[in-house]
Amino acid sequence: MSAEAPAPSDRSVVVDSLGVGLATGAYGVSFGAIGTASGLSILQTCVLSLLMFSGASQFAFAGVVASGGNPFTGAVTAALLGSRNSFYGLGLAPRLRVHGWRRLLAAQLVIDESTAMGVARETDRHARIGFYVTGASIFVLWNAMTFVGALAGNAMGDPRTYGLDAAVGAAFLALLWPRLTAWPQRVVAVVGALVAIGVVPLTPAGAPIIIGGAVAVALGLWVTRRSSEDELTASLEHPERGEP
Amino acid sequence: MIWWAVIAASLACYGLKLAGLSVPDHVLEHPLTIRVAALIPVGLLGALIAVQVFADGQSLVVDARLVGVGVAVLLLLVRAPFLVVVGAAALAAALVRLL
Repeated sequence: MSAEAPAPSDRSVVVDSLGVGLATGAYGVSFGAIGTASGLSILQTCVLSLLMFSGASQFAFAGVVASGGNPFTGAVTAALLGSRNSFYGLGLAPRLRVHGWRRLLAAQLVIDESTAMGVARETDRHARIGFYVTGASIFVLWNAMTFVGALAGNAMGDPRTYGLDAAVGAAFLALLWPRLTAWPQRVVAVVGALVAIGVVPLTPAGAPIIIGGAVAVALGLWVTRRSSEDELTASLEHPERGEP
Repeated sequence: MIWWAVIAASLACYGLKLAGLSVPDHVLEHPLTIRVAALIPVGLLGALIAVQVFADGQSLVVDARLVGVGVAVLLLLVRAPFLVVVGAAALAAALVRLL
């Protein structure tokens, strides 16, 4: 990003945004491969990228399906992870000021990277360029690469031979990593993991994710009851790059 | 069944995006809402990682996946890009299974 420059040109905002778009869209290939390895069809995998278009939610949905869980448990998990996009939209709305059918289209592009490349701009014009160029370039490339990955993953046979099950865990970890900026977040992540492990033998597949997440968030609220809001919400207002 | 879940989850995710652009600020600006929203991804991803690495149906197992994720941790510590982290984790787990 070029926040340090006195007044970045339109062109530099476009170039920065395209760079983020290319880097992020490229790993649609990993979702494509993991989606089909999880037992989704090529079409289902591609429809998720097209309609859901939110990386963490898509990986979560595929992960629950792969573990043999009820697909609707996967849907709930995906929606909970997607809830942060509401807050991104809240920050973007005064900069974009879109209405009618344009708002319906712009909404689909509200993801981590497009928000990060949009909200931090000095002018509304640059905020819009950053948001739309980043969002649109990721959308196009993410969907194309999902299709490529889904074809490849489908042709490979048993995904575990290629370690794709470990790749899913690594993908989740890479999504989580930039959010572990302070102790409350680290405690919440570890508690979520431990509670989930604890209830795996006791509950049907998929449930440990929601139970672990719920307990961790409840504990997090208690731990952070005296933290200033700014500390905790910094990650929401300045989402890190690294996931659509 | 999977199709219905795909459609429902996609609609929910889109609705959440649209809501953020559409609702009046004060609805989403309650301090408690904001804290919950900041914590949900962290807690859920923690749980997702644990299940993805250690669960096999309803049993807990330690296998090649743990090696893969261990490699991912090392690469994240040196700030490797996403695709490198994911690819190396898959490769490490695949190699362990070959041995």
